[in-house]
Amino acid sequence: MKSLEELKAIREKMQGQVGLRAEDDTVTRVVVGMATCGIAAGARPVLAAFADGVQKKGLTNVMVTQTGCIGLCKYEPIVEIMEPGKEKVTYIKVTPEKAEEIIDQHLVRGQIISDYTIK
Amino acid sequence: MMTELSLNVLDVAQNSVKAGASLIGITVEADTENDRLTIVIEDNGCGMTEEQVKQVTDPFYTTRTTRKVGLGVPFFKLAAESAGGRFGIASEPGKGTKVTAEFRLSHIDRMPLGDMTETIHSLVTMNVDIDFLYVYRVDKREFTLDTREFREILGGVPFNMPEVSGYIRDYLSENKAETDGGVIL
Repeated sequence: MKSLEELKAIREKMQGQVGLRAEDDTVTRVVVGMATCGIAAGARPVLAAFADGVQKKGLTNVMVTQTGCIGLCKYEPIVEIMEPGKEKVTYIKVTPEKAEEIIDQHLVRGQIISDYTIK
Repeated sequence: MMTELSLNVLDVAQNSVKAGASLIGITVEADTENDRLTIVIEDNGCGMTEEQVKQVTDPFYTTRTTRKVGLGVPFFKLAAESAGGRFGIASEPGKGTKVTAEFRLSHIDRMPLGDMTETIHSLVTMNVDIDFLYVYRVDKREFTLDTREFREILGGVPFNMPEVSGYIRDYLSENKAETDGGVIL
């Protein structure tokens, strides 16, 4: 069984670093639709791809969260990206592969992949 | 329809999140001797009235306003009932809700359990203010993930920190493998 000792070690390592998150008004939010429609269409691996990808790239100013159904069920999995001071971008029919592209192009380089968006 | 039961669990547990629960219990129990798979999702959220409990298994009932159908609970119910099982909801306003789904383990129409590790991992790391008690039992072996225990050890370090999130995923997958010996349920 995996021990809780490891968790204690993590705590000791991390404790000093908790305050490093960016301020709220500079945070980009990545919101994945996780209602029945989203989950049935494959939102779980998409959410995981964003969460893991953002961590791997060390994007501390990006927060990955979830939301319910926004009423566009046939376009699920839907991912909305909200950057402070910019218009919301809505990506549709997202897959884990597209998620990686979106992280690289949109979140890192600031270029919207308009092939995957809905207007 | 969902493609695996763990997605139903994720979906139905979202209802507990929306019900404002502070503790959500999820139990998955496989009993090969009695050929049963039982899944219980239990919360201390706002609960439902008797009237709502009656309506909630109706696909054309929903409290949401973005669409007119509510398929989460009906999907889960159908999955259980089409696999020689049973489905039940007990709820009380102000106390919470308990959803129980039973399946015949060997039934040809029983959906595979699927990736419970990913379901629990995303619930725990996406709802850092809610406590989860996950129990996975296969015959006489079991393991438990109790976020209250984790929280106590971690102090203020949140579950969505990369190191903690990684630990939780490893904890779930390693203990699962030890509990079921790698059998696909």
